[in-house]
Amino acid sequence: MLRDEDRIFQNLYGQDDWRLDGARRRGIWDNTKALIELGREKLVDEVKESGLRGRGGAGFPTGVKWSFMPPDDRRDGRPHYLVVNADESEPGTCKDREILRYDPHTLVEGCLVAGFAMGANAAYIYVRGEFFSEASHLQIAIDEAYDAGLIGKNASGSGWDFDVYLHRGAGAYICGEETALIESLEGKKGQPRLKPPFPAACGLYGCPTTVNNVETIAVVPTILRRGSSWFAGFGRENNTGTKIFSISGHVENPCNVEEEMSIPLKELIEKHAGGVRGGWDNLLAVIPGGSSTPCLSKNICDNVLMDFDSLREHHSGLGTAAVIVMDKSTDIVEAIARLSHFYRHESCGQCTPCREGMGWVYRVMTRMVTGDAEVEEIDMLWDVTKQIEGHTICALADGGVWPVQGLIRHFRPEMERRIAERKSYAGGAAAQAAE
Amino acid sequence: MSDTFAFDAATEERARTILKRYPEGRSQSAVIPLLDLAQRQAGGWLPVHVIEYVASYLDMPKIRVLEVATFYSMFNLEPVGKNFVQLCRTTPCWLRGSDDLRAVAKNVTGCGLGETSADGLFTVVEVECLGACCNAPMVQINDDYYEDLTAENFKDVLEALKRGEDPKTGSQTGRTGSEPEDGLTTLTAEGA
Repeated sequence: MLRDEDRIFQNLYGQDDWRLDGARRRGIWDNTKALIELGREKLVDEVKESGLRGRGGAGFPTGVKWSFMPPDDRRDGRPHYLVVNADESEPGTCKDREILRYDPHTLVEGCLVAGFAMGANAAYIYVRGEFFSEASHLQIAIDEAYDAGLIGKNASGSGWDFDVYLHRGAGAYICGEETALIESLEGKKGQPRLKPPFPAACGLYGCPTTVNNVETIAVVPTILRRGSSWFAGFGRENNTGTKIFSISGHVENPCNVEEEMSIPLKELIEKHAGGVRGGWDNLLAVIPGGSSTPCLSKNICDNVLMDFDSLREHHSGLGTAAVIVMDKSTDIVEAIARLSHFYRHESCGQCTPCREGMGWVYRVMTRMVTGDAEVEEIDMLWDVTKQIEGHTICALADGGVWPVQGLIRHFRPEMERRIAERKSYAGGAAAQAAE
Repeated sequence: MSDTFAFDAATEERARTILKRYPEGRSQSAVIPLLDLAQRQAGGWLPVHVIEYVASYLDMPKIRVLEVATFYSMFNLEPVGKNFVQLCRTTPCWLRGSDDLRAVAKNVTGCGLGETSADGLFTVVEVECLGACCNAPMVQINDDYYEDLTAENFKDVLEALKRGEDPKTGSQTGRTGSEPEDGLTTLTAEGA
């Protein structure tokens, strides 16, 4: 198990002061100037060597993403921007919220260091509108950092000018998609852009932009202070570091916890969340990385490791590392149908396969819940989800159909049982009526 | 409500602070925050003339502001009660009993989903995931989250609001945040 001294978020639960004094006691803002003095290239190299992969769901290598920003000798006069994605809305995921409200200075300091590494003089932090008190904490932290000279002109005495701005959204899951977020930040409907051009070439206001998740940015200063090899020493190769896991659903003690990557799922649940309600053998299924990642049946959960590669081998993914646990009392078809409802509601309506498909999938899923369907429709549902997948501008529709595919993959017998049961009931009723 | 609307002095000041965050010529970026301010001043919803005021304030075509107001779920296009109760319905809350909360809301406020009570005190709606899944089930009322709810403690919250009181926000079982309820498994070291 990860030792407490190796946890980056020392105030994850808000036991300590979240404001500047408390943050400084925990080592945040300690000689940040020295980190900036490493220089852009060295900073990016360190982050690459740490193996840090984006914590927002896609898991793209962070240092590589930063290296797409124009280097100093190829700047064309346009400003560069760092945009932080705090539109945390993936069902099951509630980790960035804890950073925003209880350790906001990790994020503000991370903005300065990461922003400098990509040649940006400004960062916008896009916080989902519903996080009202979280945004208030963050704004206080930003104000404190300005007042202390940590950001602003000659930030932390580094010679680099850096502004941090809070921007609140107004309720739209799609704005967690990076180009939709940029559109929204420009004051428009949050509809994803076609790529290319990628944001690093043409992002916010047509300028080079990098969009990163809250946790990704907040861990950077600690990685630099303790060294890339320290961070790379946790987890398996290609899946390194520490990670905040959100454990929800049918466990004794739902919680967020920062753990080592590649921790076995069973160990994670039993050590920190008090185990599955009714014991491990009462487990039915787990959604391992937020609603978009296909569920896993218990036999996989027995041994699977919580990292990108291990979950991928089982046709799922680490996503945001939001573990949704379902015990044997769960109506698994309804649990997934509710997710279909979510994606139908959140589709931005731009691409036909998503706009029409999410509604179609939800309607079929509601019939699957009661068994009011034909067995062949399970195959049709599978086929249609496969046709939706990959045929839209962004990944919302993919995330909307993967849970359904996971359901069919692992729980087809349950779906068939409901259809048969309903038919036999209907048959019985008809026979009764005939008598 | 009359059909004239203008930011009051306090809102105007906040609007100016927000506008400073965006570069010259990019004031459209402030449309979401300004619609939010306008909705607060207008009593929790956005009549068309208020949307039009924001459009003229930002020098934007009305239709561009209207499409923003209709796209984002936090903008109400119809009046809502004094306490805007949003029940999370998504799977993590549902697994922990959000359906029971719907029944409690109906009993205490008299409102089914989408309804406003006759006294204007409550509007009850169901919403999608609010991102507090480790404290499920949870409900948002106006700006505040109420977490770790049960049928009993949610009833207490709603009845307190009904009496015009200010119930404690956040966890209703005494958790500070999303730590394990039965005791810490990490961050236990003294002074860590």
